[in-house]
Amino acid sequence: MSEEFVDAFRDAALAKRLAEELRSLQLERPLTIMHVCGTHEHAIARAGIRSFLPEGLRLVAGPGCPVCVCPARDIDLAVSAARREGFIVATFGDMFRVPATVSSLEEERASGRDVRVIYSPLDAVRLAREHPDREVVFVAVGFETTAGPIAASLLNEPPPNLTVIPSLRLIPPALRFLLDAGIGPVEGFLLPGHVSTVLGREGYSFLESEDGAHGVIAGFEPIDILNAVIELVGMALRAEAPRVVNQYTRVVSEQGNRKARELISSVFVETDSEWRGIGAIPRSGLVPGPGFAHLDAAGRHRLEPEVPPVDVRPGCLCHEVILGKTEPETCPLFGTACTPRRPHGPCMVSSEGTCMARYQYRPMKRKP
Amino acid sequence: MCLGIPMKVVEINGPEAVAEAGGIRKNVRLDLLDGVVLGDFVLIHTGYAIEKMDPEEALETLDLIKKVYRAGMTGEVEE
Repeated sequence: MSEEFVDAFRDAALAKRLAEELRSLQLERPLTIMHVCGTHEHAIARAGIRSFLPEGLRLVAGPGCPVCVCPARDIDLAVSAARREGFIVATFGDMFRVPATVSSLEEERASGRDVRVIYSPLDAVRLAREHPDREVVFVAVGFETTAGPIAASLLNEPPPNLTVIPSLRLIPPALRFLLDAGIGPVEGFLLPGHVSTVLGREGYSFLESEDGAHGVIAGFEPIDILNAVIELVGMALRAEAPRVVNQYTRVVSEQGNRKARELISSVFVETDSEWRGIGAIPRSGLVPGPGFAHLDAAGRHRLEPEVPPVDVRPGCLCHEVILGKTEPETCPLFGTACTPRRPHGPCMVSSEGTCMARYQYRPMKRKP
Repeated sequence: MCLGIPMKVVEINGPEAVAEAGGIRKNVRLDLLDGVVLGDFVLIHTGYAIEKMDPEEALETLDLIKKVYRAGMTGEVEE
């Protein structure tokens, strides 16, 4: 896009200045900051931002990939649906190749089942309208950003042959979980730019407490991220009381998008939710609420996983990667037995996955 | 899927709109926003406009960053 205000955030000279500033910071003690957004990880890996981190600063990737934290059970249910006569399963692209317990939606399609990759929940609605004689099951996965569009698409009398496998999760409970579990320990969060359009800065006010952490809401250009990281370091080193700052004011407001939140709560209710490889996080998921329970695919069609779901395959470390406990590059399977073409786990498959981002932007070996 | 693409609204028909960026036009839904008018910049995610973009705010933020970091060439962060 060639709009001035978008391009301006790609100003190379300013980015260079910020990178130099970051690299020159003096930390008198180690510091861990974390982001929770796959798109942030991509931007960080692509711009090589970790090469500018001063000594002692760790910028880790947290559970910011909705497909990576989707329990195998949800995908197993989608596989079961795909195997039903006449069913169409609609899925977002990055879910298509994720290995679940015995199969993946990609494998199902290769076996002749009807699995369609869609870009928008509107495509699932359209599929149902175009095929009134078939059951359409939509794998509704995402965080707050995607919950809005999904809620809006289900509100206006969706076709009767459309149901969903809900796999929506919420970021603030995950942040609370990470802090309570002492992962890191994380002192500051780079907060996800587009989830924040829904929540607003005030959606993170729970972080501004003694047992909280600093937060900076940031966009996705290198300038946004460098600026946010420098600010987080400053806040931590000055030992300020935890504070959340909005540095993505061009799209994120103080109150967020109230209309989106209203639409979401008119269709969904909060529930305790399992995160793949992490376990249960209280009130961290969304399921269809009263009046929309008939949209639940598993309930309507009595879907069951064919075998007990297995979240973590032997040898896969995705569940540690998404908590920032393990760096992809240290996984024995990284780049060898596990690549985007033959992924062992979701972190290498999803466009939001940490391992995928690191693999994509890995240093190239030069031929002698 | 944090992917959000900035686009300019060029047509509005009730809850539906046409948005444009880089020569590409897309049909998008406005269900999640109130008061969108022609010429507004919006962030598009999975076919829906999820928020308006404020070009002035964008340029102000950038000016502020430039001010902060052009000062302090010694490497100290100034507020």
